[in-house]
Amino acid sequence: MDLLNVLAIFGSGTVLFLVIELIRRGRLKERYSLLWLFAGIVLLILSLSRRLLEYLSHLLGIFYPPSFLFLIAFLFLLLITLHFSVVISGLSEKNKKLAQELALLKHEVETFRGMLQKGNP
Amino acid sequence: MKFLVIIPAYNEEESLPGVIGDLRDHASDADIVVVDDGSADATARIAEGLGVPVLRLPFNLGIGGAMQAGYLYARQRGYDAAIQFDGDGQHLAAEIGSLLAPLRTGATDLVIGSRFLGQREYKPSFSRKVGILVFSSTLSMILGIRVTDTTSGFRAANRQVIEFYTKAYPDDYPEVEALVLLHKAGLRIAEVPVRMRERIGGRSSITALRSGYYMIKVLLAVFVDLLKK
Repeated sequence: MDLLNVLAIFGSGTVLFLVIELIRRGRLKERYSLLWLFAGIVLLILSLSRRLLEYLSHLLGIFYPPSFLFLIAFLFLLLITLHFSVVISGLSEKNKKLAQELALLKHEVETFRGMLQKGNP
Repeated sequence: MKFLVIIPAYNEEESLPGVIGDLRDHASDADIVVVDDGSADATARIAEGLGVPVLRLPFNLGIGGAMQAGYLYARQRGYDAAIQFDGDGQHLAAEIGSLLAPLRTGATDLVIGSRFLGQREYKPSFSRKVGILVFSSTLSMILGIRVTDTTSGFRAANRQVIEFYTKAYPDDYPEVEALVLLHKAGLRIAEVPVRMRERIGGRSSITALRSGYYMIKVLLAVFVDLLKK
């Protein structure tokens, strides 16, 4: 086991540990952690088993197996950021609806308040 | 026909009194609502001072979100028609009658007030002319009818369009996209010639620098709309 191997195991282990810890403390919602957990597990497995990594790299025609690790990590990051963009789009739509509803409600409340004040001076 | 004039306003304290005065003089049967799109100035206070109902958005949503708030209000109050009217004094209240006429007969669902049909007093700058040409030819192709003034914000919508726009209305630079969405939903669009005025105060949301971005963004959005389910 060389240094690179140790680093890879340590790196993916840290990611997994951090994600699980954040979920445990309630700082990260489960629905936003799935991709992170999945990425951590896949990277950890590939770091632990040199033979699996070499086999898969060979299958894909990648000469330097650790670069396969980078590829996987990169693809996961791409997926995670895309997921964020989708989540943000949903949130901004909800945010807009809330603002509109709030404006309508405020107007209703002010109208009724005005009517009440006229009713009992 | 009970109709509502929606005035989306973002920092329009200077021009708003003139706009509301114009509406009271020349469209006295109109109900008005001002949508204050998170203005930093006294827009909302001035409108309230004039006795006009105001929807105050808690922060700036952009023209699309503000207009949609107006449509939500129109639906809530059961209006037969809603008119989009700029807060900067560009639009003339006297033209509302001709904008509403095709809705009264049921000839169409959305009416656009066009500066370019009929008399041609309006003289746009070169970059605007190019943009207008690109939009109008693209849209005419998509919609299958000739639309001359695609970016005109002076429009009248019937109940079906009000209902539709409360559910789907584009966020920024919405004028062109709003037509494509409507067309896809199977609603009818028509144009009538109107006069427009030079702006009283404030400045156009489309500066020279932004116009390139504007065109690309809108064209992209239109093609995305065509692909949408």
